[in-house]
Amino acid sequence: MSIQAEIHAATGGFAIHAAFDAPTGSCTAIVGPNGAGKTTLVHALAGLIPLRQGKIVLAGQVVEDPAQGIQTPPDRRPIALHSQHNLLFPHLSVVDNVAFGPRCAGLAARPARQRAEEWLSRVGLADLAGLRPAQLSGGQAQRVGLARAAACQPAVLLLDESLASLDAETRTDVRHLLADIEATRVLITHDPVETRVLADQLLVMEKGEIVQTGTPEEVAGDPRTPWTAGLLDINLLTGTASGTQVALHSGVVLTTATPMTGPVLVTFSPAAVTLSTVEPHTSARNTWEAEVARIQPESDRVRVLLGAPVPCQAWVTPQAVGELALSAGSRCWAALKATELTVREA
Amino acid sequence: MTDRSSPKEPNRRPPIAVLVAAIIAVAVLALPLVGLLQRTPWSTLGTRLGETATLEALRVSVVVSLLAAAVSVVLGLPLAWVLARLTFRGRALVRAVVLLPMVLPPVVGGIALFFALGRKGLVGRALQDWFGVDTLIGTTAGAVIAAAFVSMPFFVITAEAGLRQLDTRLESAASTLGAGRWTVLRRITLPLLAPSLAAGATLSWARALGEFGATITFAGNHPGRTRTLPLAIAQANEAGQPEAAIAMSVLLIGVSLLILIGLRHRWIAPRTSQPDTSSETSPS
Repeated sequence: MSIQAEIHAATGGFAIHAAFDAPTGSCTAIVGPNGAGKTTLVHALAGLIPLRQGKIVLAGQVVEDPAQGIQTPPDRRPIALHSQHNLLFPHLSVVDNVAFGPRCAGLAARPARQRAEEWLSRVGLADLAGLRPAQLSGGQAQRVGLARAAACQPAVLLLDESLASLDAETRTDVRHLLADIEATRVLITHDPVETRVLADQLLVMEKGEIVQTGTPEEVAGDPRTPWTAGLLDINLLTGTASGTQVALHSGVVLTTATPMTGPVLVTFSPAAVTLSTVEPHTSARNTWEAEVARIQPESDRVRVLLGAPVPCQAWVTPQAVGELALSAGSRCWAALKATELTVREA
Repeated sequence: MTDRSSPKEPNRRPPIAVLVAAIIAVAVLALPLVGLLQRTPWSTLGTRLGETATLEALRVSVVVSLLAAAVSVVLGLPLAWVLARLTFRGRALVRAVVLLPMVLPPVVGGIALFFALGRKGLVGRALQDWFGVDTLIGTTAGAVIAAAFVSMPFFVITAEAGLRQLDTRLESAASTLGAGRWTVLRRITLPLLAPSLAAGATLSWARALGEFGATITFAGNHPGRTRTLPLAIAQANEAGQPEAAIAMSVLLIGVSLLILIGLRHRWIAPRTSQPDTSSETSPS
């Protein structure tokens, strides 16, 4: 279900003004500092906060438009929300919490319970079905909350920091789960990796407004505000690990310090990449000849975007750009120490 | 004067004066009961309580107090919801009026009811004209109204406090999961409110059970219709049958004590945390 939203809303004296579109089945990530209005935005989409002005259109259908006097209540919107506070119902068991949405959708008790059990096993908590929310750990409660929202099988799924309190391992599993869900997803996150892996589109919010929109790569390549740069200044590559060797999709093999097997994500800071005109003979395990895609001067450094065969960014000083005669389309050598690479399961 | 002892310190001796005052207070409250129990004709208690008049008064008491509690819940819950959730002009005034019967002498309530609902009263005449209700005076319905008048405030304040403590975000969460207003009320609000509702209903029932002044003033003292246990006790006492009065008093004290002991956590010493969502239930 596609989303077209123009949102002017306010809570407690704080106003947000945001407009964005999201195609059917896409994933939109919203990032921004605390207090930027991200939660207010998804609450307005869910119908928990009324619009002052603007319009929310889902699959061509106007869901809310104060000018026309249309305000569909939250329960009639094909939207489910997973709040960062989880808000599990304390008087219901875990499985009854997850079955709540399907029951409201008119499913009988038994099939609703079945669907709830399915979702609980998809988040890896099938054996906790009979517990009360108070008996769960923070991470477990978060997964139950997520399963409860997903079990509604909504056309639009809003996720407010849904992976924040998960440990690294479950985080990967849940990330896969979110990637597989068919719903159009809007997710608030503080995790650059989550953003890069899941999102088709990135919205950067600051002080109640969207300050930048684009694909994660576009925004990472040209962050408009210091906050965005701070969040997204991380290179991310995918490949297949075999011991300390990671074969990238381009065919280049990187050497890492962490032995792993199977599909992995490799991340490293742009500061870890060094550039030179000739093939370097250093202790760095990884060197390759790269094409400069773009050069972007910033206040105190220059961001060099490298193209094939290892698309990534490097930070260099303005002097270095002159010394190495870097320009878009020129070639140079890049070096990267194995110990600078962080490898994790994809 | 600087007392730096930590609040955790287990054996903090209270000042003697406080202890003495507390003991006197307990004595003031308990001694009359001791006096009553000491005069109780325990050997004949069974037969006295088995007398027709006593059983009849007990039956009227049970019927009237339960109906009054039911009226308090059915009308008081929407009222509590309005007071807790809506902001409107004059809310403080409405709340004051609602709670007034708690501080008013019940006999004043009885007189007020008489002038409102009596044959020539404001509403009483309308009842007769429109619904053919001859009079509420002297009927069980009248006794129920009198009892509800004094007991409903107990339910309303308990339910309102419960509603105010409720995390409304849970209700919002339910609505985003597809629950309409009624479903939210039925499956989230009321279950979460259940401990408060139970406490409020029990309190208002207990108050109705002990009701005397408003009932005798408004509904009168008619055996089998409006003569509840308290009225029967007063009647027996005045008629020079103290033993019958004592026997019925013991019955009433027993019932009331049971209620209060049952409520001790909910109202008399409420727990500071949210009502039991914790480790009481074990996995099945």
